[in-house]
Amino acid sequence: MLAGCDMVLLRPSGYVAAQQGQLVVISTLLMLLIIVPVIALTLLFAWRYRESNATAPYTPDWDHSIQLELLIWAAPLLIIIALGALTWIGTHTLDPYRSLTRIDSARPVSFETEPLNIEVVALDWKWLFIYPDHGVAVVNELAAPVDIPIRFKITASSVMNSFFIPALAGQIYAMPSMATTLHAVINRPGEYEGFSANYSGAGFSDMRFKFVGVSAGDFDRWLQKAKASKDELTRDAYLQLEKPSEREPVRRYGAVALDLFDAIVNRCVEQGKICLREMMTMDAHRPSGRQSARELIALDLAIDAVVCRADNSIAGALLPSVYRD
Amino acid sequence: MSEHADLAKLVFGRLTWEAIPLHEPILLATFVAVVIGGVAVVAAITYFRAWGPLWRDWITSIDHKKIGVMYVILGLVMLLRGFADAVMMRAHQAIAFGDAMGYLPPHHYDQIFTAHGVIMVLFVAMPLVTGLMNFVVPLQIGARDVAFPFLNNFSFWMTACGAALVMMSLFVGEFARTGWLAYPPLSGIIASPDVGVDYYIWSLQVAGVGTMLSGVNLIATIVKMRAPGMSMMKMPIFTWTALCTNVLIVAAFPVLTAVLALLSLDRYVGTNFFTNDLGGNPMMYVNLIWIWGHPEVYILILPAFGIFSEVVSTFSGKRLFGYASMVYATVVITILSYLVWLHHFFTMGSGASVNAFFGITTMIISIPTGAKIFNWLFTMYRGRIRFEVPMLWTVSFMVTFVIGGMTGVLLAVPPADFVLHNSLFLVAHFHNVIIGGVLFGLMAGITYWFPKAFGYKLDPFWGKCSFWFWTIGFYFAFMPLYVLGLMGVTRRLSHFDDQSLQIWFQIAALGALLIALGILSFIIQLFVSFRRRASLTDTTGDPWNGRTLEWSTSSPPPVYNFAFTPIVHDTDAWYDMKKRGHIRPVAGFVPIHMPKNTGAGFVLAVLSAICGFGLIWHMWLVAAAGFVTLIVAAIVHTFNYDREFYIPAEAVLRAEDARTRLLASHG
Repeated sequence: MLAGCDMVLLRPSGYVAAQQGQLVVISTLLMLLIIVPVIALTLLFAWRYRESNATAPYTPDWDHSIQLELLIWAAPLLIIIALGALTWIGTHTLDPYRSLTRIDSARPVSFETEPLNIEVVALDWKWLFIYPDHGVAVVNELAAPVDIPIRFKITASSVMNSFFIPALAGQIYAMPSMATTLHAVINRPGEYEGFSANYSGAGFSDMRFKFVGVSAGDFDRWLQKAKASKDELTRDAYLQLEKPSEREPVRRYGAVALDLFDAIVNRCVEQGKICLREMMTMDAHRPSGRQSARELIALDLAIDAVVCRADNSIAGALLPSVYRD
Repeated sequence: MSEHADLAKLVFGRLTWEAIPLHEPILLATFVAVVIGGVAVVAAITYFRAWGPLWRDWITSIDHKKIGVMYVILGLVMLLRGFADAVMMRAHQAIAFGDAMGYLPPHHYDQIFTAHGVIMVLFVAMPLVTGLMNFVVPLQIGARDVAFPFLNNFSFWMTACGAALVMMSLFVGEFARTGWLAYPPLSGIIASPDVGVDYYIWSLQVAGVGTMLSGVNLIATIVKMRAPGMSMMKMPIFTWTALCTNVLIVAAFPVLTAVLALLSLDRYVGTNFFTNDLGGNPMMYVNLIWIWGHPEVYILILPAFGIFSEVVSTFSGKRLFGYASMVYATVVITILSYLVWLHHFFTMGSGASVNAFFGITTMIISIPTGAKIFNWLFTMYRGRIRFEVPMLWTVSFMVTFVIGGMTGVLLAVPPADFVLHNSLFLVAHFHNVIIGGVLFGLMAGITYWFPKAFGYKLDPFWGKCSFWFWTIGFYFAFMPLYVLGLMGVTRRLSHFDDQSLQIWFQIAALGALLIALGILSFIIQLFVSFRRRASLTDTTGDPWNGRTLEWSTSSPPPVYNFAFTPIVHDTDAWYDMKKRGHIRPVAGFVPIHMPKNTGAGFVLAVLSAICGFGLIWHMWLVAAAGFVTLIVAAIVHTFNYDREFYIPAEAVLRAEDARTRLLASHG
């Protein structure tokens, strides 16, 4: 039976997931230090002090002991201090926004290595992967060369999904009008499962894709295959693709419209729609709430483009930074 | 012609015959069964001429004990519905592999898991918890009723009407297909234009008002109505946990009301609080709903902790170990439960410091919780443990809950959560703490206080059957889910390609079957106990050799609870009274001032539900009429000055004399 038991989270193929899996194991062991004795004592006391056992001592009014109470607060406290320290360090080193510094435990990322950029868009109910450095896009299939750091930028078209390849790295949500980031690296070539880990409606169950880790040469061939496709992911093609559909086959696009991902995040793929970024800038520069929309647009023309590019994230500390990188 | 159509639209909104799911065989069969059952119940009530007593003694009752019982009945009825959903999901997931698509289309399956979550948390666990608090707290503190008896009745009927709206969605229209917290944009008008989310919103809004008011009521009761001598640090632990829970309710439920109100504004009038466009931000919803949602789980677990404290001390025949640290632990959990909500969405891209902060605050909660576990453990230490059914549940809880606690702390480590979030591991975790904690506690509490409410104990044999089926069933149903979670399987999937996973789902389905036997045993237990009530009778009022004040009065207690308000000298007030040779007063009774029954609460709640139903179906005329009558009825009720009466001293004497004779006859 255990043959069908591939605990991918504990034996993943990417360095980030490996560290996360390790943390799962270490934390569990740390907690078992206290859980095992508690369970054992519960069963022991339940048996030893059963009513029929007249030989066991009985102290009906004993209800307090300073030493014991110190112990019962201190024991969990110590475990939590250890686990808290582990958490603080682990959360920072494994922050998905943080660029990788190592490919695996033995190899640091060399100074000149540029990460591979991949833009991920969760659509209803399929995945779009854009390779901005190579100008290609693929639906429902993702490839990356082994031992090369990958930088995912992730968003969604309509509802929330979660981008998750268990063998590669922990998940991060894909949310419309927001962009999240994930850094990861795949260390072993192979075919892995990827899917949405957040329920997103009727077609959710089949919102799966294949993630392939390949050698550098194979990766180039994979890109060439996409490049060879006659299909072009224009803005109009994207608007067609965006419409809800299920169990989409793999589809390749040999060319991609400029700044498509940016337009998706800013919800202005459609021609003539005001991008969120501009809308926010307008709002930020509105002297009072009484101006008409016409005046606002006039005002917007006067605003320096550099201002538009500035980090005008409205998000507070608890929200993901829209343009954070 | 068009005027005619407009009027029809105002009255019927978007409700058409299409909304009745005649084409879905499962629903149709359920509907037929419900109709037959309903007709049978109505016929039985008519045959036994029970309509009058039902109205006078129950529906309009403001007696906290009867309201408590009605809450528990509501919770148990809804448990059957919620569990039916669970069985359907388990059965579906056990077969939907490869080419087999299972027997539920996603459209139906997605409603089922949403309804299961909503019902189990808000219409099973909440009514059961509130019911036990309602029944027990006034008795434990030596009070004759709650602070606001009418409000109590109103609260109950609001909760019941919320539940009725959810049930109605089964046969009229559909329920939400969004998951139990209805995150936008999925729950927004673009992705969910149908009535499902509106059913969700209005059933929660109606029930939420009830829960909130009941919270106010119990806080006032506990703070103001304790028997003389019962200082805060002499309150029974269950009352302490009830106080903390109600503080949580009063502070958390308005957030739910507000966030659902904002969501309904988005859906009904086109605002953009949580939309993707025009500056809306769905993450605000996620934050707000969890600011309610996380305290909500502590609202459920704290009273369960209180029940275990009472049970473990009573059945170990021993004072509770570390009373003060138990109280502080409860208060610390109450406060901390507001500082952890973000751990539900570490994976939504917060920075490392924010994630780490919320991860660590979450872990800190395990310290007072751990202290509590040790306190129960050392209460058992050097005790004389009687393994009656409530104690069995408690021991099983202690073993099961620590496992759920451990996996919970594991999920609080953000990097671990990145791989475990939304997985079946998470599903296993929260069922581990909610079944192993809340449900086991409620079962212990129901068995423990049943003789107090009805005057006879529950049959122990079927109680033990229920216990073993539930406990073993739980492990079979949820341990496979932990394994599947580690295999990277996510939740809410209605179909799988990987055949190798199937065995684990089949084991889980077997577990669900065992739990079904546990529930069946409980129902049999109720019947058998009723049949054998003569031999199970509790004549003393103190069937378990109890320690707190509720055991000092008769079973069931008289309407007025206590002929004389007891005076408290010790935490275990009744144990202390027994030890000091307390003699029950048999003369010198005075008239007792009591509140009078009223049908206003029922009427107001039904009007709220009608208004809600009108809003769900866009029946603007019905909604407006419902709302206006609701306000008018509330105002009319304020002119009702006939709200109280005195139980004459002779009636008290008669009741107490009867008890004296009963006690004497059983020596």
